[in-house]
Amino acid sequence: MPATDHILDQILDLAATHFKVPREKLCADDDFFKTLGIDSLQALDLLTRLEHHFRIELPDYELQGVSDFRTLANRIQARL
Amino acid sequence: MNDFKGQTLSWQIVNGVTELALHHDPCNEIGSLTLEELEKFAAALPGLANEAHALIVHSTLKAGFSAGADLRELFQRGQEMEKDAAQRGVREFLKRIHSVMNALDAAPLTTIAAVHGVTFGGGFELALVCDIIIADRMARFCFPELRLGLIPGFGGIPRLKRDLGNAVVRDLLLTGRSFNVMKAQQIGLVSQIAAEGEALRVARATASQVGKFDRRTAATAKAFVKPIPYEELSREIDIFCDLYSRPGVEEGLRKFVENEGVQPYLP
Repeated sequence: MPATDHILDQILDLAATHFKVPREKLCADDDFFKTLGIDSLQALDLLTRLEHHFRIELPDYELQGVSDFRTLANRIQARL
Repeated sequence: MNDFKGQTLSWQIVNGVTELALHHDPCNEIGSLTLEELEKFAAALPGLANEAHALIVHSTLKAGFSAGADLRELFQRGQEMEKDAAQRGVREFLKRIHSVMNALDAAPLTTIAAVHGVTFGGGFELALVCDIIIADRMARFCFPELRLGLIPGFGGIPRLKRDLGNAVVRDLLLTGRSFNVMKAQQIGLVSQIAAEGEALRVARATASQVGKFDRRTAATAKAFVKPIPYEELSREIDIFCDLYSRPGVEEGLRKFVENEGVQPYLP
């Protein structure tokens, strides 16, 4: 399994658990703001959890224009 | 006044510790009403310092410690007033908030900020006046003011320079990025990291510890190691007011205030 897919799985698991959305309803190319029903403050919350989970620092400006899980996974991959 | 229940904040003495709780929905934005109540607190501080050995500042709101200045109020006032009057109003506001921040900074008791979630801009500046910052693992810090064409105006730059290396200050200011508690501890900003939701409990344990020592000695040591950069603080007000007068700032504030999207807090 490509590394990014593995990262993607972990992101979707974490997002589903924290925002209490059924895991099966989350897809890689979903707009996570819409699918998770979150705003920017909650997106920062998600970012913090992802940083802790992957033990990385991911500046929030890296999320500019990013709204789908797959691109988010690519950004995280680039920091590992 | 040993206890007070206001609209934006409340305080009381618990086990020899003054606890100042922020509770202004949605995220303790600091506008006129919060400033008035902070001024009440600053006026009560000398009396509280006689009764308590420590101060804990914390938020009871889930969203976080504080999202900073009330930008909606700042924008609205700018729209309602003539330009000169608006600028005088901003300078007056800054002088008043600086007076409060300076009183907290110099308080003759050990001050602890127990932070969680969003700790941005003016909220970050409020945490910075405290002697010790304890953060839960979901705390996130940011000085986003450059995104609006401004600089931090509540005393953040001189205090950040006081506490951190200049390279770190440049990184945070010039990128306007937010950073998590691991980074905050790594750079020396945060003293202790608590589990999610546990910052206040850890702060209380720390306050109990500092209460074991002679208060006059502690106050003397604090005054010795924590100079207050009054000249730079005054200069910060001048720079902020100069930047605020530029046309791009109104537009930046308008974009933030009128943003109906989901991303206003992202850069």
